[in-house]
Amino acid sequence: MNQNLIDYTLHLADTTLILAQRNSEWCGHGPILEQDIAITNISLDLIGQSRNFYQYAAALINLPITIGTANNPADLATEDSLAYLRTEREFKNLLLVEQPNVDWGQTILRQFYFSVYQLYLFQQLQNCKDEQLAAIATKALKEITYHVRWSSEWVIRLGDGTAESHQRMLAAIEELKNYTGEFFIAAGYETPMGIDFALLKQQWEEKTKAVFEEATLPYPEKTFNQSGGKTGTHTEHLGYILAEMQYLQRTYPGAEW
Amino acid sequence: MVTAANISAQPVWQILATVTDPEVPVLTILDLGIVRDVNMVDGQVQVTITPTYTGCPAMDMISMNIRLALIENGYSNIKITTVLSPAWTTDWMSEEGKQKLQQYGIAPPNAKQAVCTPDSFQEEEAIQCPLCKSYNTKMISQFGSTACKSLYQCNECKEPFDYFKCH
Repeated sequence: MNQNLIDYTLHLADTTLILAQRNSEWCGHGPILEQDIAITNISLDLIGQSRNFYQYAAALINLPITIGTANNPADLATEDSLAYLRTEREFKNLLLVEQPNVDWGQTILRQFYFSVYQLYLFQQLQNCKDEQLAAIATKALKEITYHVRWSSEWVIRLGDGTAESHQRMLAAIEELKNYTGEFFIAAGYETPMGIDFALLKQQWEEKTKAVFEEATLPYPEKTFNQSGGKTGTHTEHLGYILAEMQYLQRTYPGAEW
Repeated sequence: MVTAANISAQPVWQILATVTDPEVPVLTILDLGIVRDVNMVDGQVQVTITPTYTGCPAMDMISMNIRLALIENGYSNIKITTVLSPAWTTDWMSEEGKQKLQQYGIAPPNAKQAVCTPDSFQEEEAIQCPLCKSYNTKMISQFGSTACKSLYQCNECKEPFDYFKCH
């Protein structure tokens, strides 16, 4: 069993699931109908990606079991058991995506930081040695392209908008500035994946700087990087998301639609 | 090459041509180009499909509808496999499918992905209004009623419409 590959796949699955969950909190609360639909559409894309990663992780976990003789189907990992029955310390998502929603500006900035990171990371994963991760990344890049475009336009619109929207973007930058460094700090299981973190960081900074400039926003100076999400040390917010998301399966095990 | 396997797979293709997309019911799954392969192996029907969009909620239902259609036609040993690679593209949608979409009131995807890049505030594609056929239209939102569509409005007839966006 390739534990690094399983952990890395779960890291990708958890990150996309938790951001999808955060964005979906906007459902019915978006500033205007079209943008409410946009942020929830992005959630749907992210849930789709997380399902692909969870299904693959489950297949990898079950591989040594299914080769054996008869076994209890309840013992097998599934996309649902991985999403609904793991604890905080087992989740490997980035800290950025579990940060609570403050206002529309902060939600936009979080999505923008993440989508740009995902764009360049998945461009590398397209050529990854693992065929299934490469296939999921290639497919996801099509929708990520739309996410980058949409979130960039909103960063520019709000940054270069009114005094109020500019002020809110400054607050959002301050709020999130310690959570982007984690993108580029490799966890143990990431090392064998062959990702060029230096290139990723360079591309991410180039793109975010260009958009900030157009948005008349100051580029945040790096002081300190929060990290640990990739290996299960989370901020206090993740537990609350899991409590809400996992409540039904924990209370009524095996409940179905 | 015509082989015994191909010949026996032919009726299966005809059955698949009756299975429609639950969200866009004018399109069959063959119009959409999501059926990648059909094989008969030792009496088992093997259908390979590929999802249109990563998060498309219709995929599980399409897979179930394929199974039901085959069972109704007397097949019992059925295996449906989902593959992700090569990734689906709107270029795989049939010409007939594009015409059906337009008649249904949804603008079909443009043939070439002219402006499908992450750059912000780029020039929008010229999308033809499916109702009055004018090209004088504007995008309202990149994200529409389903993951595969954008929302547009016609400047001539003022009608809002969905555009099946290039992918």
